[in-house]
Amino acid sequence: MVKVKELPREEYIERGHAACGGCGATIAIRHALKALGGNTILTVPACCMSVIQGLYPKNGLSIPVLNTAFMTSGAAASGIAAGLKHLGKDKEINLMAWAGDGGTYDIGIQALSGAAERQTNFIYTCYNNAAYGNTGMQRSGATPYGSYSTTTPTGKRQHRKPMARIMAEHGIPYTGVISAAYPRLIYDTYKKAKDIVGTRFIEIHIPCPTGWRYPTWDTVNMGKLAVESGAWIMWEREGDEYRFLGRSKLIAEGKVQRKPLIDWIKPQGRFRFLLKDPGMMAEYERGIEREWEIMKRLVGC
Amino acid sequence: MPKVVSVSGNHAAAWAARTAEPAVIAAYPITPQTTIVEKIADFVEGGELSSQYVRVESEHSAMAACIGASALGLRTFTATSSHGLALMHEMLHWAGRARLPIVMPVVNRAMGPPWNIWTDHTDSMSQRDTGWIQFYASNNQEVYDTVLMLFRLSEDPKVLLPSMVCLDAFILSHTFTPTTVYEHKEIRDFLPDYKAGHWKLDPKDPMATGNIAGPEYYYELSYAIHEGFEAARKLIPRVVREFEKHFGRSHGGFIDTSRCEDAEVILWAMGTMGEEATLAVENLRQQGIAAGSARLRVFRPFPVEQIQKLASKAKAFVVVDRSLSYGHTGGQATEIRSALYRGNNRIPVQGVVAGLGGRDVTQTDLEKLIQVGFDVADKGEAGPEIFYGLKR
Ligand SMILES: Cc1ncc(C[n+]2csc(CCOP(=O)(O)OP(=O)(O)O)c2C)c(N)n1
Ligand code: SF4
Ligand SMILES: [Mg+2]
Repeated sequence: MVKVKELPREEYIERGHAACGGCGATIAIRHALKALGGNTILTVPACCMSVIQGLYPKNGLSIPVLNTAFMTSGAAASGIAAGLKHLGKDKEINLMAWAGDGGTYDIGIQALSGAAERQTNFIYTCYNNAAYGNTGMQRSGATPYGSYSTTTPTGKRQHRKPMARIMAEHGIPYTGVISAAYPRLIYDTYKKAKDIVGTRFIEIHIPCPTGWRYPTWDTVNMGKLAVESGAWIMWEREGDEYRFLGRSKLIAEGKVQRKPLIDWIKPQGRFRFLLKDPGMMAEYERGIEREWEIMKRLVGC
Repeated sequence: MPKVVSVSGNHAAAWAARTAEPAVIAAYPITPQTTIVEKIADFVEGGELSSQYVRVESEHSAMAACIGASALGLRTFTATSSHGLALMHEMLHWAGRARLPIVMPVVNRAMGPPWNIWTDHTDSMSQRDTGWIQFYASNNQEVYDTVLMLFRLSEDPKVLLPSMVCLDAFILSHTFTPTTVYEHKEIRDFLPDYKAGHWKLDPKDPMATGNIAGPEYYYELSYAIHEGFEAARKLIPRVVREFEKHFGRSHGGFIDTSRCEDAEVILWAMGTMGEEATLAVENLRQQGIAAGSARLRVFRPFPVEQIQKLASKAKAFVVVDRSLSYGHTGGQATEIRSALYRGNNRIPVQGVVAGLGGRDVTQTDLEKLIQVGFDVADKGEAGPEIFYGLKR
């Protein structure tokens, strides 16, 4: 793992960007871009990142950005990838789509699936804050069971889609599932992904104080607790091989105990209905256990 | 050397893509456009066209992919029809507002339900306000030539707007006629390589496009698009002239007129119906009837002055639309009336809706409608809209 002092000094997301205080997405893009470097083209659909960039005529990202419509990041990237190939620059310029969970799990899944099936040469990042942040926290296919959102005001009654597994099953060369709470792992993951040719799907769990309803200073802790409690599992698939990553690996190998789920859930206002309803809580836990079983089977441990 | 090939309107469109050599083509099949994407696949896989060909999974993605490629400063092409065009709608706005000179043949086909694959202009008419230049062609050669002219027009640094050439389903798309085509090197004097001067996605000169702009900027950005259309209005006659100089052909400017100089009644129509109208006019002229026809070739930018000029000599217009804005009238009639109201010659305009969903409109039908125009001219006012040939 990269050491903190080895991280490149260059910044590609500038001070003065427009994210909420304590936003996990800025940690994520900051370290992803440190790994990719400035020779990178970014395409961004409607999501928090379209706001975080800041207002025209300025932009808080110091790489070229094509903002595009909500459902199109996979398709817009396909066009850019084709153009880069035409120019003979597909090996020298990195191409990344940076979309939210709504733009990935829901409205953008078709274009993304198409791009992956066509073996489009790009990195697709789904930064998953588990709701539609841009429009004020409505449910998405990534919102966890039991979570409040403005369109599930008494708690969501469906589990999250296994989006990263769906992408891995496209047969793409790299799939990674990580968290904004571990910047060095973000850096290493993008460093690795950078040198792989083809569609690379990386999902980053994004603690979001505005949506999850916890204090802005607690973002890293919230991200870590999700992993430590087992609610968020970090893994990667390179070629046909699945591996657990970071803390999730230690949990899977039985080297550390999972923290109680309640430690993660309790500080978050979005789980207030779940906390009051043991039936819902049990169902949420059942979903998490099922995820672990499937992932352990895939990893082979 | 130019060669004459026997092609359908769709193959003429594919040939035009081959001649223009876009860097990237992204397209999705839909009847009756399919033979365009199939022919392009043949060209690409046969090594006759070097474009990157992205076989996307939807029309929405086709336009998004064109937008991505065009934003790199590259020539891009796609084609669609009807439901495919409707699915693209969001991205048509995006391409127009991002000022990306994508060129797209649109095979005019009816919208469902019920499913109907025959010609109807309502699909492209409903894209009027998306920031796309719109041409309508009346024969296969015109389809081919217009694609080349549109690349030239769209890629002009003062214009920088996407453009579509519309062709009637089956009547053109699937009907074979001899058409003169060229190889890429033979047209480069007329159509040089596209060089994006304004901005492009380039890590050496990083710029963002499309991030949030509030009320203090949006209006000016919209007006700049309007200026692009005004620049296109100025440039269209020059592009038409230069095309004629290079290739010896013209299909008219904004409007392809026939016998309008001394016509008392002028019949307006778009696409193949406009070509049919010239035959109707010839027949009536032989009977000593002072008829003329005007085929509207360019719908955006809308040729207001040219229409006002034609009204200065005529006594009445009959405007036949193969489209209907339900609750009002056809797209052409609405716009022609608005053009005349702004001028001094507010002659009566008889609106006619005909040929929806591919119903045949014959030369005889058009002759009858011109005769109606003479009654209108006598009365000095138009009647209610005519829903011609409607069975009730
Ligand atoms: C076609 C379309 N439908 C709806 C919207 C409104 N919209 C913009 S962003 C957004 C939610 C984005 O959620 P997500 O992808 O999770 O990103 P986040 O905002 O959470 O970062 C929605 C619903 C839109 N821009 N376009
Ligand atoms: S809503 Fe959440 S993800 Fe979006 S900018 Fe605010 S903190 Fe970041
Ligand atoms: Mg989200």
